Amino acid sequence: MMTAFVARSFDRGATAFLIALAVIAVLVPALNLLVPPASPLHLPTYLVALFGKYICYAVLALSIDLIWGYCGILSLGHGAFFALGGYAMGMYLMRQIGTRGVYANPILPDFMVFLNWPELPVYWYGFQHFAYAGLMVVLVPGALAFVFGWFAFRSRVTGVYLSIITQALTFALKLGFFRNNFGFGGNNGLTDFKDILGFNVQAEGTRNALFAISVVALMLGFILCRAIVASKFGKVLIAIRDAEARARFLGYRVESYKLFVFTLSACMAGIAGALYVPQVGIINPSEFEPGNSIEAVIWVAVGGRGTLTGAVIGAILVNYAKTFFTSGTVVAYWIFGLATLIAFAGVLLYRRSILLGAAIGLAVAVAGWLLAGPLSHVAATLDSPGIAQLAANWPFLAAGAFAVAALATSWQPLPLGAIFGALLFAFFITPFEVLALAPYWLFALGGLFVAVTLLLPRGIVGTLRYWTAGRRDRTMSLAAASAAAEDGVTAAPRAAE
Amino acid sequence: MDAKTTTALLYLDGITVSFDGFKALNNLSFMIEPGEMRAIIGPNGAGKTTMMDVVTGKTRPDDGDAMFDGTYDLTSLDETEIAELGIGRKFQKPTVFESHTVEDNLRLALKADRRARAAVLWRESAEERSRVNGILETIRLPAVRERLAGSLSHGQKQWLEIGMLLAQEPKLLLVDEPVAGMTDAETRQTAELLKEINRDKTVVVVEHDMTFVRDLGVRVTVLHEGSVLAEGSIDQVSANERVIEVYLGR
Repeated sequence: MMTAFVARSFDRGATAFLIALAVIAVLVPALNLLVPPASPLHLPTYLVALFGKYICYAVLALSIDLIWGYCGILSLGHGAFFALGGYAMGMYLMRQIGTRGVYANPILPDFMVFLNWPELPVYWYGFQHFAYAGLMVVLVPGALAFVFGWFAFRSRVTGVYLSIITQALTFALKLGFFRNNFGFGGNNGLTDFKDILGFNVQAEGTRNALFAISVVALMLGFILCRAIVASKFGKVLIAIRDAEARARFLGYRVESYKLFVFTLSACMAGIAGALYVPQVGIINPSEFEPGNSIEAVIWVAVGGRGTLTGAVIGAILVNYAKTFFTSGTVVAYWIFGLATLIAFAGVLLYRRSILLGAAIGLAVAVAGWLLAGPLSHVAATLDSPGIAQLAANWPFLAAGAFAVAALATSWQPLPLGAIFGALLFAFFITPFEVLALAPYWLFALGGLFVAVTLLLPRGIVGTLRYWTAGRRDRTMSLAAASAAAEDGVTAAPRAAE
Repeated sequence: MDAKTTTALLYLDGITVSFDGFKALNNLSFMIEPGEMRAIIGPNGAGKTTMMDVVTGKTRPDDGDAMFDGTYDLTSLDETEIAELGIGRKFQKPTVFESHTVEDNLRLALKADRRARAAVLWRESAEERSRVNGILETIRLPAVRERLAGSLSHGQKQWLEIGMLLAQEPKLLLVDEPVAGMTDAETRQTAELLKEINRDKTVVVVEHDMTFVRDLGVRVTVLHEGSVLAEGSIDQVSANERVIEVYLGR
């Protein structure tokens, strides 16, 4: 029964998506651990942790998409469940510090010693055991969601009212966790972690392992969500989203369905938070910030709600953009982000043909990037300014030649793609000043939300699916028309007889 | 539950509902016998939809009794429980699950265990498949079974919703304005469809369209200002002076 439940979840897109995730789970640690640091393909450890953070956000986005995209429950407080899971993991990590803390107290975390607490509060008991903490990661957000949902759904709080009270929930928790006497480190939260299961959290190996585990968690979460939405349960969720009253009058107990999926989603968010904390090394009350929860909803909107894959892609894209525009840590790698954006823009604006062009253009640029180093090396050894010139401009020459060739064969999308490729490379080799956009990020995010709502209401993945479905319909109706025409052809002589 | 107090399938007695002092239903009483088809007519604001709300548990009456099958007190149950008892309701505005296919709409409506766990582990049985096929024939939509319900025409959506009621296997169907916005041909087909359904189910139809009510040829209850004004055959009620005055006349 269970196998049927899971097997139902794999269609072609889902399988491809899972394979892509599996590749990432292996590729990122491999690029970090196996590729020598001197190589341009080497991935620094801080980026592994950063990408791991994106993956945790993707799990959070997935949990939001499950309730919002499929059941119409817009939670603007899902960050609270994420943070609670994070705190549960943080408590375990705090207890692992032991005597290595500033005050060297074997039981009490530093902040408790600092506040002159005589002993460990009861609710901190047991957190030195990983299994217990792991259970709490799921149970605490789940229990809160269950109690909250029980009251909210039973009283039939829906729509914007539900969104507002979820905001209030996360805000209230934030205020609580800010207080020192709440027992969770107050303003500073929990930090200075040392070990997780005996492994140093800062170590390269641990970071890579945490990354891989996060991707596996994302894959499992994705499979679970797919299985749910593909089941009759998922169909009922969609039914509730589309016409709640009809579902009720058909005899479905809407509140139990909502409660089940809401609680499950909160548990997923808790797991995301628990994986997040050891990778970023801190958890504090700002994670409860209402803005965080709204941001998570925007990821889902950008990627396309009700698509699952879209939630993941949206979370990664928007966070990549956030890192890029606000901190500049990934400047050297932004070419990949831009390439993704251009690929999507290409698909969205000009559909498939331009994508091929952009892909070829990008391949040209990347080849240029890889070849420019050796070429300039050759130029240096030969002391030839001509070759140096060539090395610097190689991609432009290649892209230009390519564009001319493509124009000559009048294959329209390819010159465009080649120009994309050349532009990519031009940006890449131009010394790039970090855009000091940090103060404007929230504006940009707001703008993004408005733009997505107005211009791309289905989100990226939703729009793609809509187009493929449209194309399939057109092909089908064309086939039907030609079949009808053939019938007409064969029918005509018979009529003449 | 006590023994049956009435033979009526639906028994309303002295139902009063007021919204902010306005009496939407005022001491409304009538009975529907098992196997009957009844048409309920009345001008706007007569309380037809509120009556349905009371019967299906959406609105609790301030006063009065509503009994189903002589044993169940409808005023103490909610929508889900009432649906499980066997009362199906079609809304005035066609309400189907627009992003599901026609087939899936019927599948979701099929009488089955409605609990979440059953839904997670559900797999379609051959019997369910044949039931869906049967209903598709009845509502004349087998050709569009794989289309999304949202892409159906208005009339098709009305039929699909009636089909969903059938799939629920109710004892009593409440049908609110089934022919609103339909063409004449569709209206005639709907009258036939309802008659077909009435062969083994009790049906209450709320309707404005007098020709349609005449087509049905059933007993008519006229509501006015929240209570029953007249009851009888369509000819009897159309001859009633007070009915002419408030509704049919001019």
